[in-house]
Amino acid sequence: MIHFVLHDARDTVAVVVVEGVKAGTLMTGWIMDEDKTIQLQARQDIPIGHKVALKDMVVGDTVLKYGIDMGKVVAPIKTGEHAHVQNIKTKRW
Amino acid sequence: MSAISKDTTFLGYRRENGRVGVRNHVIVLPLDDLSNSAAEAVAHNIKGAMAIPHPYGRLQFGADLELHFRTLIGAGCNPNVAAVVVIGIEDGWTKKVVDGIASTGKPVTGFGIEGHGDHETIMKASKVAREYVQWASEKQREVCPIGELWVSTKCGESDTTSGCGANPTVGNAFDKLHPLGSYLCFGETSEITGGEKIVAERCATTEVRDRFMFMFNRYQDMINRHKTSDLSDSQPTKGNIAGGLTTIEEKALGNIQKIGKKCTVDGVIDKAEMPTHPGLWFMDSSSAAAEMVTLCAASGYAVHFFPTGQGNVIGNPIVPVIKICANPRTVRQMSEHIDVDTSGLLQREINLDQAGDQLLECMLRTANGRLTAAEALGHREFVLTRLFESA
Repeated sequence: MIHFVLHDARDTVAVVVVEGVKAGTLMTGWIMDEDKTIQLQARQDIPIGHKVALKDMVVGDTVLKYGIDMGKVVAPIKTGEHAHVQNIKTKRW
Repeated sequence: MSAISKDTTFLGYRRENGRVGVRNHVIVLPLDDLSNSAAEAVAHNIKGAMAIPHPYGRLQFGADLELHFRTLIGAGCNPNVAAVVVIGIEDGWTKKVVDGIASTGKPVTGFGIEGHGDHETIMKASKVAREYVQWASEKQREVCPIGELWVSTKCGESDTTSGCGANPTVGNAFDKLHPLGSYLCFGETSEITGGEKIVAERCATTEVRDRFMFMFNRYQDMINRHKTSDLSDSQPTKGNIAGGLTTIEEKALGNIQKIGKKCTVDGVIDKAEMPTHPGLWFMDSSSAAAEMVTLCAASGYAVHFFPTGQGNVIGNPIVPVIKICANPRTVRQMSEHIDVDTSGLLQREINLDQAGDQLLECMLRTANGRLTAAEALGHREFVLTRLFESA
């Protein structure tokens, strides 16, 4: 089963694509552009469609998805944590 | 082998001006808000005629008024429309819309309400609508080459599965349609924010790139002029955020998956303008679903690809809207709205090429006459874009 997908191997976040991911779930991830899989343990419950952090990030870091800048970190994020509006904001507007 | 090739055909209605439609609507088009009531009465009298009510058309001026006319005339000119009855509160602007639609050669008649009242107008307009419906009912579909099918796209209630699954499916289909001489369209100017450089790099010429960046910057200026916050909850929307999308950049990077990996951006049009040659066109447009799909209908597009993540239920009175979804929960909870389920993509059960072919097969069936989910459910959202206040 694929629990999460990422587009580019450089991405720092990935998308959970199944329901029911809980803190502690050992997940299989699919790097779509390279067609490879990786393993990661969820540190928090993460709803389907929401993102999991693939590395530890500090305030001010740029978040990469599709291999591209998708915003900035505004609260520290640990690998395996839920990455969303509570810790990432836009750099625009 | 791809689901389509240059030899692929579909069954369409060839109109007087040579354009090909996939529906055979007789519409009753109000010029303005005041004429909705009469238009709906005519459509009630004449089964097979469809009223397209909307809330605008009074005291607009300048570019906003031009867009109003362009959108109504464009909707009437759309090849999915066989014939049109226009009803307005007065004769002058009514005639302007009638004349615009008449340029296609299709049957169109206008009625002004002032001096006659609703009863007389409804009676006269119903007589004409009845003639049009019976005339249109004898139109036959004919075999048409795939390149004559105009296809637009816009996504809505997007979530992260849109960018991973549903939008790349549209992109794959566009990559297959583009070499066949199709007219394709995407837009949603504000939702390119964060991905504008990628779109600019895909522009076929310097002129197209400059025009795209002009449209992009014009929209950014409008947002900066009016914003009171960082647009949290508007862009991304509450629904997007509930679905896991965090920033406008993330939403945009998912959005532009719809233009595939190979298509060049071959032209740029303003809202509701008509493209002048085959290829992929960028239309400067709102990112609100019903506004954008209405603009695509006004630009002459005959079929629409609408990827969704959280489950936008939109349809359009003129253009069949095909919904594509890769979120397994949405497909399960809202199955009656989804035409193409590509959730298998995210479990590697199917690949992108297969997902694109599924969409193209659905497109051909839809073009040949199969009703989309939105059509069967009666979704007829017709929403006019406004540029500024009325005078």
